[in-house]
Parts: sequence; structure tokens; C-alpha cells
Amino acid sequence: MSEALNELSTYIREARPSLVEDAAIAYGELTLTTAAQNLLSLLTFLRDDVQCGFVSFIDICGVDYPAREKRFDVIYHLLSPRQNLRIRVKVATAEDEPVPSACSVYPGADWFEREAWDMYGILFTGHPDLRRILTDYGFEGHPLRKDFPTTGFVEVRYDDSAKRVVYEPVELRQEFRSFDFLSPWEGTDYVLPGDEKAKV
Amino acid sequence: MTEHNVRNFNINFGPQHPAAHGVLRLVLELDGEIVERVDPHIGLLHRGTEKLIETKTYLQAIPYFDRLDYVAPMNQEHAFALAVEKLIGLEIPIRGQLIRVLYSEIGRILSHLLNVTTQAMDVGALTPPLWGFEEREKLMVFYERASGARMHAAYFRPGGVHQDLPPELVEDIGKWCDEFPSKLDDIDDLLTGNRIFKQRNVDIGVVKLEDAWAWGFSGVMVRGSGAAWDLRRAQPYECYSELDFDIPIGKNGDCYDRYLIRMIEMRESCKIMKQCVDRLLGDAKTGPFSSTDGKVVPPKRGEMKRSMEALIHHFKLYTEGYHVPAGEVYAAVEAPKGEFGVFLVADGTNKPYRCKIRAPGYAHLQAMDFICRGHQLADVSAVLGSLDIVFGEVDR
Repeated sequence: MSEALNELSTYIREARPSLVEDAAIAYGELTLTTAAQNLLSLLTFLRDDVQCGFVSFIDICGVDYPAREKRFDVIYHLLSPRQNLRIRVKVATAEDEPVPSACSVYPGADWFEREAWDMYGILFTGHPDLRRILTDYGFEGHPLRKDFPTTGFVEVRYDDSAKRVVYEPVELRQEFRSFDFLSPWEGTDYVLPGDEKAKV
Repeated sequence: MTEHNVRNFNINFGPQHPAAHGVLRLVLELDGEIVERVDPHIGLLHRGTEKLIETKTYLQAIPYFDRLDYVAPMNQEHAFALAVEKLIGLEIPIRGQLIRVLYSEIGRILSHLLNVTTQAMDVGALTPPLWGFEEREKLMVFYERASGARMHAAYFRPGGVHQDLPPELVEDIGKWCDEFPSKLDDIDDLLTGNRIFKQRNVDIGVVKLEDAWAWGFSGVMVRGSGAAWDLRRAQPYECYSELDFDIPIGKNGDCYDRYLIRMIEMRESCKIMKQCVDRLLGDAKTGPFSSTDGKVVPPKRGEMKRSMEALIHHFKLYTEGYHVPAGEVYAAVEAPKGEFGVFLVADGTNKPYRCKIRAPGYAHLQAMDFICRGHQLADVSAVLGSLDIVFGEVDR
């Protein structure tokens, strides 16, 4: 399996050196990193090249790393049924930096890009219909961002006197409990009481 | 009639409609009875599963997977367990693998029975669901006897399965496997040759293979269009490579082919279950059912009462949980509805950093517009039925 991936990785890097920034194999999976402006040519190459044949579109998703300058990763998963291989393509992007839409290469990318927009606020240029998809009509914010609270901001209930559903700010009877079970003996970033004396 | 009297109609299908298989709102644009455009509005069952998983430990994340495709719960857990095992590098003992395969196939039959029979109901037949649900009930009893819950089992854990199966249960599953094909024959007799069922399904919702790949289809949807593609064979996980079963494929890519494939797959699943039962009562009768790595799999209760080390492990694993090395993996299983994948980003702590759930139904449902264009309004429910949609996994 990994031999075939090695071959594929060298092949892609030799055939399209300008499109691939980095290729790495970890846990038996090949990850290509590319820049946003090269994304569509790389995807088209992967789909149309005889030795690649990644005709099957699997998934697009975002990952949020708020500490980075380009905080989002957009991750594409493709499958080549003929070679029986999978590949992952990664593009880093910022909040206000759009990524070209893959809808022209894979029609199935449509909803997955809408989801990435809905959940992370990642913009896709050239998308036919970039609406929210999973959240409520009129929802505000992008819930899967790390700075979005798990409880959300509004709650919904049916108001009997108004005879309709009303939105209200979230009111918690009890503070949201986030337990820190991480062992204090391994890799904490805070100082345990008394530990500061150890250094003196 | 003069020209200006002709106009398109917009109708709203759902969110509560018996043929919508859950909460789906379809906005249909019709020209007479011909569908011009379909705009599915989803997310009415969105529960923020992915967000919740980010705040839970790896063990606590498992029950969320039962609630995705709730007609075949264990198959979803399986994908997550495989992803975690890939990151940690755990080996599953053979008895654990066989139990997993056995229950994955039970899940496949559960899902296909529901789909085949409700699809028949969508096009007008009432008897098949009644017959199918009787068998589903028996299968859910097997779920209950293994895990304590009829549906939301939380039974597949990273490392293996939660508890061992008693031999009586395995024997009962074996007996069920002997009876089931005749029950399937009954449904087969009722539907396969039925004139109305054929009128409603043959040549409806035809998908060409290249379209199927490009739209992200998987499972029955690509097999119906003629691809001999099944992850259990193509990229085998667990002990599928040691088992004997066939992959049915379709010729025409229409709703009827997909129905036929599901019927044959149930028989094949039954065959796989029979092999697992034989091995679980034969060469794999004893032995561990989950990994013996005490740093991931909690100890048995009896052990925990006697051994200090086991007690510490038990306490640590149920509070802090285990740490998963940093990395990114994608693990997929052949769920009944298609390729169910989990993309897991771990940052080295006890909680997933990101867990993307790739549900097959999501990709299938988005092609509604593409498949239904130019079909009659009545075909919409037939196509929807054959796509095999469950909203738990589409909306997540």
C-alpha cells in the first residue's frame, strides 16, 4: 500500500512540480499541500491523469487553527477506484481569503463547500449557490470555529402568547461545565500551586 | 389556453411527509407534472455532533455515532473505532474482529430491510414493511443481548468491543441466519416481480457510473451503476478478506437495480454472519475480544476489584481517557448506505481536535436535483426511497 503511495507521490511531484508544495505520507495516507491558486489545476490533473484517476470525490472539510495566520485548512479527500488509492489535498486559507470552488471539477463538491462555509465561514469563489446548509434559517456565526461556544448564542422556544417560535439569548441555569481531566503530570501549560517554589 | 396562463408551480414537500424519511424539506419547481428543479433544505435535525465530539473524550464520542444513521448504529461506531485504532496503532484480536463483522452485517440487514420495505411503501405497498419490521425487531434483540440497548449500542470501542458474547447468543444468531432467507423470499415474491413496483422503479432515477463517482456516490449507488466497488473487498478492514461473499452489481443504474442489489446484499450478509457464527463457536470460541493494551481498553470489572493497577487504569480511562498521538487519519467503512468515513485530527490530548463525519447520505441527497430533473412528481418519492436517506447522518 505505502509503496504504491510513494510511487504516486513521486509521480505527481515530477509531473506537476509547480502545483505541489509538499507531499507527505503518514499513517499510510498521502497528503498533498498546495496553494489556493493552484488547487483547481491540481484537482483536474488528479482526476484526468491516467496514472492517478481520482474520479471519485469523497469529502471536503475545514479545520480551524485559530493561532495560525492562515487559520483554516480546507481538506479534500479523493478516491481512485482504479488504482484503489486515496489522497488528501490540503489548502491553507485565512478568514477573508477565498478558495476557488471545486464544483467545476467535481459537481459533488457543492454541498460540502456550502457546509464548510456554514460551519467555518470559508469563502469559495465561483460556487453556484453559497448558502448556509445545516444551520437554521437566519443563523448568525460559524459554529465549528474554535471561538464559537458549544452552547451557542440563541435558544429557540415556542411562545404560546405570541403563537410562534421565538429566539432568545441563551440563559444557562448552571455554568457550562468544561472538565479539565488532563493529567497534571503531563504537559500542562499552567503552574500547579506550590510548583513555583521548586525552582527557587 | 393562451401563453400567459402557463406558469411553473413551486411546491413544498415536507418537512413532515411520510415519504421524506425523516425531516426533509424539498422545494420543487414543477412544469405541469414534470420536475424542473429540486432544492432540498436540510439541517432540520442538525445537532452539532462534530462540535460536541470536540468537547468529549474519545470514549465519550462513541455514542454520538449511534445517533447518526440510527437504523444501523454499530456500523458508524466502527468507522470511528477504526480511525482511533489507526492513530494509536492497535491490533484487534480475531474474536473481536469476528464480533465486529457479525454486528456490522446485522446492521447492514437492519438498514436494507428498512430501506427496501419503506421504498415499497413509498410506491404504494403496505405489507413489506410489516414483514420486514418483524425481522428487524429480532435483530434489535440481538443488539440488546450484546450491548444492553436495542439501538444506541455504544458497543464497538477503540480496541475491540465492549463485552464478550455469550455462546447462547451466538447460537441464536446462527439459528436466525437459517430462517432469514425464507423470510426474504417472502418479500422477494411480493415485490421483485410485482407489476406496480416495477412500473414505479424500472428506468427511474438512472445514474451513469461517471456521474456517480463525480457526485461522490458510494455503496449501493455506485454498485447499481455497474462498478464492482465495495470497501469490504477493495480496501478490506477487520477480517473481511478471510470471509467468502459476493458483491452484486447492477446493469442499468436505476431504482430497481438498486433494490435488487439490496436484496442480494442481505443474503450475502446472512452468509457472512453464518461464517462468523461458525468461527465464533469454533476456532475463535475463546480468546480476548478486545485489545489487551491496558492503556486504552479498560480492565474487566472482576480484575478491577482485585488488582491495584487495574483499578488505576479503570479510574484514569473513565475520567481523563487515553491520549491519542497527534496526526490526521481518514478511516472508512462500507456502511449499508455507502462509504461512511471519519476524518480525525488528533492533537495529542484526550479529545479529538476535529472529527469530520463523511456521511454517504449527504452526498446522495445533494444529487436529488441532478437525478430528479425531468422526472414526474410521483417519481421524486421513488428516487428518494432508493437513495436510502436517513436524516440522522445527513444533518449530523
